[in-house]
Amino acid sequence: MARDQEEAIVYKGRIRMPYNWAVGETGSFFLNKIKDDCQIWATKCSECEKVLLPPRRNCPYCFFPRTNWIQLSGNGVLTNYTKVHYHEPALHPQDPPLIYGMIKLDGADTSLLHLLGEIDEENLHEGMRLEPVFKEERTGHIKDIKYFRPGTLFHKEGS
Amino acid sequence: MDVAILGVAQTKYDGKKEDYNYAELVYEVTTQALEDAGMTIDEIDNIVTVSNDFWDGRTISCMGVQDACGAAYGEGKNVSTVEGDGTFGILYGAMRTLSGSYSTTLVVSHSKGSEGNSRMITNAMFDYIYQRPLGLDAISSSALQAREYMNRYGVTEEDCAYVSVKNRKQAMQNPYAHLGMDLSIDDVLNSRPLADPIKLHDASPVSDGAAAVVLGNRVVANKKGRKPVWLKGIGYCSDAHFLGDRCLAEAPALQKASHKAYEMADINNPTEDIDVVELYDAFSYMELMWLEEMGFCSKGDGKKLTRRGVTAMDGELPVNPSGGVISSHAVLVAGMARVIECALQIRGEAEGRQVKHAKTALAHGINGPCAQSHCVMVLSE
Repeated sequence: MARDQEEAIVYKGRIRMPYNWAVGETGSFFLNKIKDDCQIWATKCSECEKVLLPPRRNCPYCFFPRTNWIQLSGNGVLTNYTKVHYHEPALHPQDPPLIYGMIKLDGADTSLLHLLGEIDEENLHEGMRLEPVFKEERTGHIKDIKYFRPGTLFHKEGS
Repeated sequence: MDVAILGVAQTKYDGKKEDYNYAELVYEVTTQALEDAGMTIDEIDNIVTVSNDFWDGRTISCMGVQDACGAAYGEGKNVSTVEGDGTFGILYGAMRTLSGSYSTTLVVSHSKGSEGNSRMITNAMFDYIYQRPLGLDAISSSALQAREYMNRYGVTEEDCAYVSVKNRKQAMQNPYAHLGMDLSIDDVLNSRPLADPIKLHDASPVSDGAAAVVLGNRVVANKKGRKPVWLKGIGYCSDAHFLGDRCLAEAPALQKASHKAYEMADINNPTEDIDVVELYDAFSYMELMWLEEMGFCSKGDGKKLTRRGVTAMDGELPVNPSGGVISSHAVLVAGMARVIECALQIRGEAEGRQVKHAKTALAHGINGPCAQSHCVMVLSE
């Protein structure tokens, strides 16, 4: 029998797998501060003093076991961005255009990845000042920050 | 280093291979690689499989190809597995060879990108707390890296387009390639935007395919198969996981990995000592960036090498004569395909895409978001 003449059968499938992912004490503190107080906190390594965002329980760079909490103003500078033109409904939290930004919050040594909103695309540029916009209904999730938008005020580090 | 590549095989890379399921693809390349090595499955001491559960849509995906690669043959063989790029599978196979416990190792890899949703699968490589919920995937995260690199080093979209034009055209000479195309710079610049600054022709396709490599120690290499290709140096290194922790314009992990490989292979001047490079250009900007980090030119000068034709087939340093990953991207297989192309070049069997006097070659693979980790291999006759 000529096997290469078979009509190809292709199954459509979908795996739906429930999980209960533990965020951990450190991530929970960070997300609860966003949820309860609309505040963004970061961790500072007790050894190398690097201020990391997302927060870490221990420092990945000097491998020191302890970090301490510090509160940031929440404002920062756009260091990098991309505008996404395609739409993947199952993934993207909003309709296109979707703009991802990397935001270096004042006082942090690393950048936080998040969405940008309320931005005139003509004026979009690295170095622009941004501030977070929090959702009204917050659940303890990174998307409790709706997005970052242009902020005019310059806040001093640690203020 | 006493590790030789004795046999290689790969499928043609296609957008959709409905006539073979993934295990059947693995059987094809397994038997072809054995034939290429002049060996039978009886002579294989152990096997390393390379697979990923999300791409295969099942758990313990390595188990799905055990029969196909000969693991069940006879009374069963020693098998282990790698979940990552095929270069890391070869690295593991080389380590097993160097352990002295195994004289021959078969390494197989497969991926059928057409069967899953590449955006959702690559989204799942990000952490579930901070990055994944934002919907980031391989294209949008690489777009961030492209912009940061291009801004820092004054690289234009046109500079990157030169890579797409060169490699897609080169793929027309490679019977295994998925997307051989005769593009103009304007074709690339005017192609559909995906995530700025990445456009359709800056991006690799998602391909189906499989590949296999037979490794052996010096004793086997000296008496078996055809002309062995020796693994002279190998280096691998990783960077931080969170994108915001890294300066995406730089790849220190690649710098370290390549220096380690050069040191082992006694390469003092990579541009002079290496005849051909096969690197992981999943996106056009990557070829420029990786060349710089591997020391073929100064930071920011990758565009000059490309525009001057240094990296073209008739240039001093042909890069991706196969057409590269931007022309065929079976995830996981793609790094192994780089090693296979280097082996074919060194054996003088690359036919219409043969680089003249190719004696020493460099193969490169990546893993993770924005190439979080790199593996570099130096191969020679």
